[in-house]
Amino acid sequence: MNTLEEAKTAVVEEFSLFDEWLDKYEYLIELGKNLEVFPVELKTDDRLIKGCQSRVWLDVKAEDGKLFFRADSDAIITKGIISLLIQVYNGRTAAEILGDDFSFVEEIGLRENLSPTRANGLNSMIETIRKEAEKNV
Amino acid sequence: MDVSSVRSLFPQLQESVYGKPLVYLDNAATSLRPLSVVREWDEMSLKHNSNLHRAVHKTAVDATERYEAARAAVASFIGSASPKEIVFTSGTTQSINLVAACLENAGFFSEGDEILIAESEHHSDIVPWQLVSGRKSLKIKILPVKQKGEIEIDKLPALLTSKTKICCVAQVSNVLGVINPIKEICEICHANGTLVLVDGAQGIAHLTTDVRELGCDFYAFSGHKMFAAPGVGVLYGRQPLLESLPPYMGGGEMIESVSWEKTTFAPVPGRFEAGTQNISGVPTLVPAIELCKRLKTSEIEKEQAAIKNYILDAFAEDADITLYGNPAEREKKIPLFSISVKGAHHEDLALILDKMGIATRSGQMCAEPLMDRFGVTGMLRASFVPYNTLDEAKYFVECLKKAIKMLK
Repeated sequence: MNTLEEAKTAVVEEFSLFDEWLDKYEYLIELGKNLEVFPVELKTDDRLIKGCQSRVWLDVKAEDGKLFFRADSDAIITKGIISLLIQVYNGRTAAEILGDDFSFVEEIGLRENLSPTRANGLNSMIETIRKEAEKNV
Repeated sequence: MDVSSVRSLFPQLQESVYGKPLVYLDNAATSLRPLSVVREWDEMSLKHNSNLHRAVHKTAVDATERYEAARAAVASFIGSASPKEIVFTSGTTQSINLVAACLENAGFFSEGDEILIAESEHHSDIVPWQLVSGRKSLKIKILPVKQKGEIEIDKLPALLTSKTKICCVAQVSNVLGVINPIKEICEICHANGTLVLVDGAQGIAHLTTDVRELGCDFYAFSGHKMFAAPGVGVLYGRQPLLESLPPYMGGGEMIESVSWEKTTFAPVPGRFEAGTQNISGVPTLVPAIELCKRLKTSEIEKEQAAIKNYILDAFAEDADITLYGNPAEREKKIPLFSISVKGAHHEDLALILDKMGIATRSGQMCAEPLMDRFGVTGMLRASFVPYNTLDEAKYFVECLKKAIKMLK
């Protein structure tokens, strides 16, 4: 398995191929559509991160000191970003996750999607990933 | 005045986003600011800054005159009988909180009394009343809206009881854009001895408002949605009613005399304006009101109607688009359009439109109960004011269709 840094660099490089904003979004929409199906029975209130904009469901499992995520959203671009987050952070240790600042999302130019508007689903998702990591240190 | 001369007054319209000209369609959240308003703010800050009502020096007198001139301008703009009926606040939200708190402190509510709130209200006309209800054990009743967004006025008489103390309703809903029959609501409520508070936040910039003609007891609005500075709000209250209310906050300027034994309070409206007020902001209401008056030309009204008709027709033709607030008579709607789209999430639409240079609003729009009423988790809203053009409306519809195609 690649390192966290390698995974981030891969995503950042992939995004640098797109000059146009709309192409980035087209790509995220594709990623969103191809995200592993989130089981309906996991769409429970305790997994729901309710935002003013989109809703995000996040399921976290810890196995052998590593964290595994499954997630879903009702908004497709958010789902695309979730796919990136999973690509980068899945199977990492709690220490690795806590040592990271999640700034790669900003590096690929998705700052607006993480803007601290009220209860932004994605922002809260990152917060939740961090909290889960803290629980599993 | 035509639309292009209106546009020339707003410097921000020259800005571009992501290399595209800004198409600003988030006016229901806050409108852009004209140069005249910015200049007034600057002048108050750079030439006339001084605390109000207190000192005798020239600068203080100048500042006070300009602040009080704004009060007179507001009174005349909304048809109030006297500037004494105009209280300055920080915005619509504070205006409504002030009424709720002062009525409570005046002993206006007894346990079991009822407050009637329109189903289409914004959180700021719901939560202050919920807070009072919690403290006083009151009952909140809902005045429902129809599927097309009109208030079910036929149900109003039956909803009123001898315990209904106040009815709270927006002149225009921030989601539906439907102009509510305020005059009729006031007549029905007053016949029952029920007060009426009108949230004018969305109505003030679009309609010609005469509070005495409407007959409401309170009318609240914000400066920033009618081209004035943010942090400035207005509460109109009928003078005898305001005079019957105790102070809102305690502090400087709201008193008549203070001693350790007994403090007496200033007459209205000063009684409600404790502490140092928004010295630079309040006077910007004067140029903002001037502009609002100048915008009432047939040319601008024609363009606004053309925008409304164009968008309503475009949405009606598209089976995937559901428009919320779609009264049979188009005159009953301001150019504010909230929609949901089959197969496309409002957040995705707003993000893609943003990249096309279009500022819209997506989400629950601070009206969660209304979102529940229509069974959606959010909507996409485009709201127009007189600096918006028919070309912008056409570009918006074209881009919306492109965005929907991308998402499907």
